[in-house]
Amino acid sequence: MNTQSVLTTQATPEAAAQAQPRCASPWLAPAILLAAGALACLMLPDQLGLLTRIFVTALLVLSLDLVVGIAGLATLGHAAMFGVGAYAAGIFALKVMPEPLLGLAVGVVAGAALALASGAFLLRYQGFTFLMLTVAVAQIVLSLAQKARGWTGADDGLSGFGIDPLFGRFAFDLEGRVAAWYALAVLVLVLHLLSRLVNSPFGLAVRGIHENRARMAALGTPIYVRLLTMYTIAGAVAGAAGALSAQTNAVVGLDSLSFGLSAEILVMLILGGAGRLYGAVIGTVVFTLLHHTAASINPYHWLFVVGFLLMGVVLVPPARLLGFVRRRMGALQ
Amino acid sequence: MAYGMVLFVIAVGLSITLGLMRFVNLSHGAFAMVGGYCAALLVREAQWNFWVAVPAAVALTAALGAVLEASVFRHLYRRKELEQVLFTIGLSFVLIATTNALAGPQVQLIPLPPALAGPIDLGWRTLPAQRLLVIGAGLGIAALAAWVVAYTRFGIWLRAAVDHGGTASSLGIPIRVVQCASFAAGAGLAGLGGILGAELMPLEPYYALKYLVLVLVVVSVGGMGSIAGSLVAAVALGLIETASKYLASDWGSLFFFVAMAFLLAWRPNGLLKR
Repeated sequence: MNTQSVLTTQATPEAAAQAQPRCASPWLAPAILLAAGALACLMLPDQLGLLTRIFVTALLVLSLDLVVGIAGLATLGHAAMFGVGAYAAGIFALKVMPEPLLGLAVGVVAGAALALASGAFLLRYQGFTFLMLTVAVAQIVLSLAQKARGWTGADDGLSGFGIDPLFGRFAFDLEGRVAAWYALAVLVLVLHLLSRLVNSPFGLAVRGIHENRARMAALGTPIYVRLLTMYTIAGAVAGAAGALSAQTNAVVGLDSLSFGLSAEILVMLILGGAGRLYGAVIGTVVFTLLHHTAASINPYHWLFVVGFLLMGVVLVPPARLLGFVRRRMGALQ
Repeated sequence: MAYGMVLFVIAVGLSITLGLMRFVNLSHGAFAMVGGYCAALLVREAQWNFWVAVPAAVALTAALGAVLEASVFRHLYRRKELEQVLFTIGLSFVLIATTNALAGPQVQLIPLPPALAGPIDLGWRTLPAQRLLVIGAGLGIAALAAWVVAYTRFGIWLRAAVDHGGTASSLGIPIRVVQCASFAAGAGLAGLGGILGAELMPLEPYYALKYLVLVLVVVSVGGMGSIAGSLVAAVALGLIETASKYLASDWGSLFFFVAMAFLLAWRPNGLLKR
């Protein structure tokens, strides 16, 4: 997706109608993901907990990709939407009814509402100010969650809610088989929807704002409205991830709102490559597997590994590495 | 007040690298940690005099900053902000892991000399001597840094090198030396802040990340590259944080971040910038 194609698409709608921008089919990546995920679930029946965590985190990183990769807004407060979705789903299951799909919808609405409210304020700023304000919003939400002990359980975490069987048939079992399939299904569905979204005229307009804000404004794109819509959609997806995490773990902790989580998912996104949705999934898988193996040896070794990984990614970007490998492969042929 | 001053001493170093050199250095907290650890180890293990160990620790931190700048960071000046953020977070992680491997996960204390340990009677109230030193050092550094940047040849070189590196170097300004020296100065100031603040912000391996957000807030509220702005922001936010801890402790850092959001929304470019 380069600048030229995006901007020409915007400039001449008739031409765009004739020559569709060259994009991957919105079916390809979700199909591969579904096959790989299903295979992993079948092959590794004793690692279902880890797989569920990967699916949920991948959903969160996908939503971050909408903000960072597509809209080009660097944020360090994305955990706020995730945490709010998780708490909303948890409280809904505890106080109203333990229906999983309704709980998921509640999480989505909560995440979207927070994104809409905070985005209306945040998106008036750009660059470093925006970054710091997202940190502030996330920290304010965290402080509020800490204060509202009656609702969130504060440091003890929110727990004690059960979740009804999915569709009234599939009960959440102890092995976590239903949880893993449920998370995978939501992830695949969202990946498909988002692949359509980012290649829609709306998605291309947001990409255009990322590439050249002044030019898109001159072309008549309502920048603020487009960005706010994208931010709200990202919030909805993050809320869905939060709700999934609450339902599959049956516990919500304050760490789901923490600065550390916001930073960690940003690392995953960059690792996999921002701006391409499948990059978010790949980054999450690599990062979580590394974390899982290194942290089981020693938590500080883990910091070593991820620290060097980060520095390596910046010094030698994966895209350049991929290009290098491709050239070598081409030379071989 | 003392809390604000510690924030300021750490933040002014970051203000130099972030504001004047336009380099997003998130490993700044790690430099503060390195400074604090060096001082603690020199005083406690090597039995050095406090007054010798502190400058030595600051010098060590500055040297580490200079080495890193000369070897890696200079290649990153032209990169995007996000890449700088990621690289320096990675560096912080590595420094945290290294510190933990070398010194262990427990909290480090810097033993104070007897002259600083006792209280001092100021006439209207008594304060611990250490707090007074912190406040005095903060004001001193504010004055010194403002003077260096605004009035000395080095300050002029620094601003020239940042605003237009190519022109500056063709005018015969040694921009590499200037950049390296100012980065080292920033790291050294962070180290000093880490030492002075050890009483208020306990030194432990995760120190680097714990206080990073606070310091970034101070710099962004104060305005990048504005030393007076950092001072005002650090003192104001420090007062708010301390006051809210006394008056409404169960609200945590809520007021700190609400104040920050309001200040940033009101003055997106910093308190003292037009």
